[in-house]
Amino acid sequence: MSEPAQKPAYELLGLKKKEYDGICDAMGREPNYVELAVFSLMWSEHCGYKHSRPLLKHLPTEGERILQGPGENAGVIDIGEGRAIAMKIESHNHPSAIEPFQGAATGIGGIVRDIFAMGARPIANLDPLHFGSLDKARQRFLLEGVVEGIAAYGNCMGIPTIGGEIHFEDPYEGNCLVNVMCVGMVENDKILRARAEGPGNLVVLFGSTTGRDGIGGASILASAEFDESAEEKRPTVQVGDPFTEKKLLEASLEMRDKGLLVALQDLGAAGISSSSSEMASKGGVGIDIDISRVPLREQGMEPFEIMISESQERMLAVVTPENEQAVLDTCAKWDLDATVVGKVTDTRRLRVFDGDELIGDMPVTALVDEAPTYVVDTVRPAHEVDEPLAGDHYPEPKDYSEVLTALLASPNICSKRWVYEQYDHMVQTNNALWPGGAAAVLRIKGSDTGIAVTTDGNGRHCYLDPRRGARAVVAEAARNISCVGAEPVAITNCLNFGNPEKGEIYHQFREAVEGMGEACEALGTPVTGGNVSFYNESFGQAIYPNPVVGMMGIVDDVRLIQDHSFKDEGDVILLLGGARPAVDGSEYQLVVHGEVAGRIPDVDLEMEKQLQKLVRAGILEGKIKSAHDVSSGGIACCVAEAAIAGGAGADIELETDGLRPDLLLFGEAPGLIVVTVAGADADAFIAAAGDVPAQRIGRVAGGALRFRADGEELASMPVADAAGAWGSALEKILEH
Amino acid sequence: MKAKVYITPKAGILDPQGVTIERSLPALGFEGVHNVRVGKYIELELPAGDGAAEAVDQMCQKLLANPIIEDFEFELVPE
Amino acid sequence: MAASSQTSVETVRFGVVVFPGSNCDADSYDMVNTFPGAGARYLWHKDTVIEDVDCVFLPGGFSYGDYLRCGAIARFSPIMAAVRDFAAAGGLVIGICNGFQILLEAGLLPGAMHQNEGLKFICKLVSLRVENAGTPFTSAYEKHQVVKIPVAHHEGNYFIDDEGMAALEANGQILFRYCDDDGEVTAAANPNGSLGSIAGICNAEGNVFGMMPHPERVSDAIVGGTDGRAFFQSIIDSVLEGRE
Repeated sequence: MSEPAQKPAYELLGLKKKEYDGICDAMGREPNYVELAVFSLMWSEHCGYKHSRPLLKHLPTEGERILQGPGENAGVIDIGEGRAIAMKIESHNHPSAIEPFQGAATGIGGIVRDIFAMGARPIANLDPLHFGSLDKARQRFLLEGVVEGIAAYGNCMGIPTIGGEIHFEDPYEGNCLVNVMCVGMVENDKILRARAEGPGNLVVLFGSTTGRDGIGGASILASAEFDESAEEKRPTVQVGDPFTEKKLLEASLEMRDKGLLVALQDLGAAGISSSSSEMASKGGVGIDIDISRVPLREQGMEPFEIMISESQERMLAVVTPENEQAVLDTCAKWDLDATVVGKVTDTRRLRVFDGDELIGDMPVTALVDEAPTYVVDTVRPAHEVDEPLAGDHYPEPKDYSEVLTALLASPNICSKRWVYEQYDHMVQTNNALWPGGAAAVLRIKGSDTGIAVTTDGNGRHCYLDPRRGARAVVAEAARNISCVGAEPVAITNCLNFGNPEKGEIYHQFREAVEGMGEACEALGTPVTGGNVSFYNESFGQAIYPNPVVGMMGIVDDVRLIQDHSFKDEGDVILLLGGARPAVDGSEYQLVVHGEVAGRIPDVDLEMEKQLQKLVRAGILEGKIKSAHDVSSGGIACCVAEAAIAGGAGADIELETDGLRPDLLLFGEAPGLIVVTVAGADADAFIAAAGDVPAQRIGRVAGGALRFRADGEELASMPVADAAGAWGSALEKILEH
Repeated sequence: MKAKVYITPKAGILDPQGVTIERSLPALGFEGVHNVRVGKYIELELPAGDGAAEAVDQMCQKLLANPIIEDFEFELVPE
Repeated sequence: MAASSQTSVETVRFGVVVFPGSNCDADSYDMVNTFPGAGARYLWHKDTVIEDVDCVFLPGGFSYGDYLRCGAIARFSPIMAAVRDFAAAGGLVIGICNGFQILLEAGLLPGAMHQNEGLKFICKLVSLRVENAGTPFTSAYEKHQVVKIPVAHHEGNYFIDDEGMAALEANGQILFRYCDDDGEVTAAANPNGSLGSIAGICNAEGNVFGMMPHPERVSDAIVGGTDGRAFFQSIIDSVLEGRE
């Protein structure tokens, strides 16, 4: 057999020469092909965090409520009364860009397994999605496919999809973002971990059979940019099977309840290789795997393929020999395949056997902890500037009502009902708020407690200033949590960036991570884990740097929560916070002036804390009757959304204080909340606001929206018209 | 003329429906059944002519099948 | 809290069937247990006998992944033979959402389900008009009362042939129809294209009932409504009456 001259095997597997040398050093010899395949995945960017580890370690990760920080399948946060919440966010960007339905579906599958691997029952999913502009057919196809994939998997699993965000802008055209977050509940004494212990214990693989689908899928797709060769990567697409996953979930939790498990881990990127070596690493032990015992779906699979297959819906458990039969019986009850495929050893090595034959023998520490790390020289991109745009940089619009209508109908602001009605958002009957608000709230059955969850990101802001942008993203998430009356307690993060080997991208990443750390520190919301997604580029063009935050908050009495809708005629509308709206990076700038430029305002984190405390207290005391964060579309859209939700009009009278009225109405700045209070409570509320600026800007009145500044009428329209523009925009675009 | 299009999951691609049906058949007394694959059958009529086969092929590539995860076959039947 | 394990004569006993893929089983179980006079327990799909149960509850979800057709595989579960016997003996059987689909596939209720007209899964609160309040499932409602109960399904587009429809109408077997907030049955208020805007029906004998909307999801004020409570109350009342 003659073959054309080829690149060395390690290079075909995506490793650099220096990395290959490192593997040889760690092994004390040259690896064979099985070992090389395993190393190549464990040392991929996706599994090895080569460009992110040195920066991530500076993020705050500790707090009183944190029962489990980064390093496990998910973070775990104590919510009192012996209960805890497990949560994690992850990306499935590249698989979704190739096959949107299955990419999104298997993304849900993966994150859900992470949650029940902790012993938690998944109680909610949230999905932040970013696509290119919807005027392109391909982008509509991606949106529809991704939403259907999320719905198909989450609905079948019986996990409500209760939130997320959807953003459309050109930089995501070649590389959509599909981030998936799952939240689960677990009693504190039932938390499971992926820590293999006890040499002699058995390693059980259960769930679906193993096939060639997804060989190198997640790890390879997530570790390289897209180009023409993406076509060739298609066979790695995996198909999700939510029915099997539902059985996997129930079987896992039943085994948890029976105390049958020493450790539990899901199989994700790099399959058996990563799950077994990570379990061994956490427990300081070794694991022997016999690939001849792995139930296969296809004939003729090579040993290395079995080790790295990313077939979905599989779990790996460590069990004592005494519990082996009970574990196999529980799996049989749920019609799941379960096989003892290995055992725990004291060797601290991952050894791979094919029957009796040893075909791979690798040190666990090298696989899991010794992937090389890279620090890249940073380059500040030219579009990042020091000064914001001048107040008169753009011409003032002639017709403010027209601008307001255009903003309300912008796909980034309009109602996302078309999306969330495809998601079962009520199953499990914990939904204390209907979708469409700032944060979702779930009651915890058997308790007065509620939890609030949200995801937030703003790639455009981070593009203009990654540090300020990331600080603002954390603050906005916390603000959304506070706006329902809950106290923010922790985050999980999904860091979506371009190719980190480029100085400009690495600069964005470093700035954003540091900014995120500063805000998490200041707001007391530690990072409990998350995911880094690099190489979000197509044909050399990177997405906006897009750190996404998934945040959770707690409210002691869920009956006290509030939503954002205006309630009663005559209620006084207050603007809380002192931030000064700016055109830079706003939706207004893009929609009306067709540009993204300038420098976004920085968030005042100290003021932010006080502002949010004031709003939470006002809600819990029953004084604040609605609260809504000022974000995309500025104060005008914020007021309009609250009016639409409440079916009530608003009379707004603002003071410009030297700011041009269009910036005042449509500009954006972090740190503003619009609330309503009963007329009789307004003066006392303002007096008690302390250092937090609180100004009366109008009242709930009639059936129209009216905006005036310094006495001059700027915009006015019936709420029904605003609701029409806002409510049907997405349907109109998708059904044309 | 009429085209009969058969769409099946690609070999090696997991077919959750097929697996579930296969697992259910023994309970009804059908032992030994394997390789259950669930696909779609589509009928359509189109103008007869030299380009018909090419047209149906393109329809399958672009719309009827998802070439990423599905294979397709078709036959043309003159009326 | 009602003790589900006790079987005193005062307690109305619901048996919630768990198929692989059921996902409203826990919601249904929890909901039943909020009624002082009722208690729920689970029945496993491989069970072959149903004992000490007043009402068999087939919950929502995706039994067997809804692969092939919704409910098509679940209808062959061992417990379905027992459900058939239970119904033949006059026992109350209810199917919500996927449970309704299973009852249709099993032939315990007439008709069949298509995909929603819009071809998408749809989850939202809808208005229903009570068409017949003289049944064990609706007696706590008023005739023509408008209630808000959510739907969450992909295949809820009810179909029956003309003859079957005539029989449903003639026997008062249509218990709920989709309607607008004012109680008008209109095409715009029909979320899935169901023939006759049908949301829920019973069999001719009046002891087997299925509906696509989820009353168990609106039976607690903190999660968005209480319009579903009267459904469960009707069943409880009916069972207790039957014992007198």
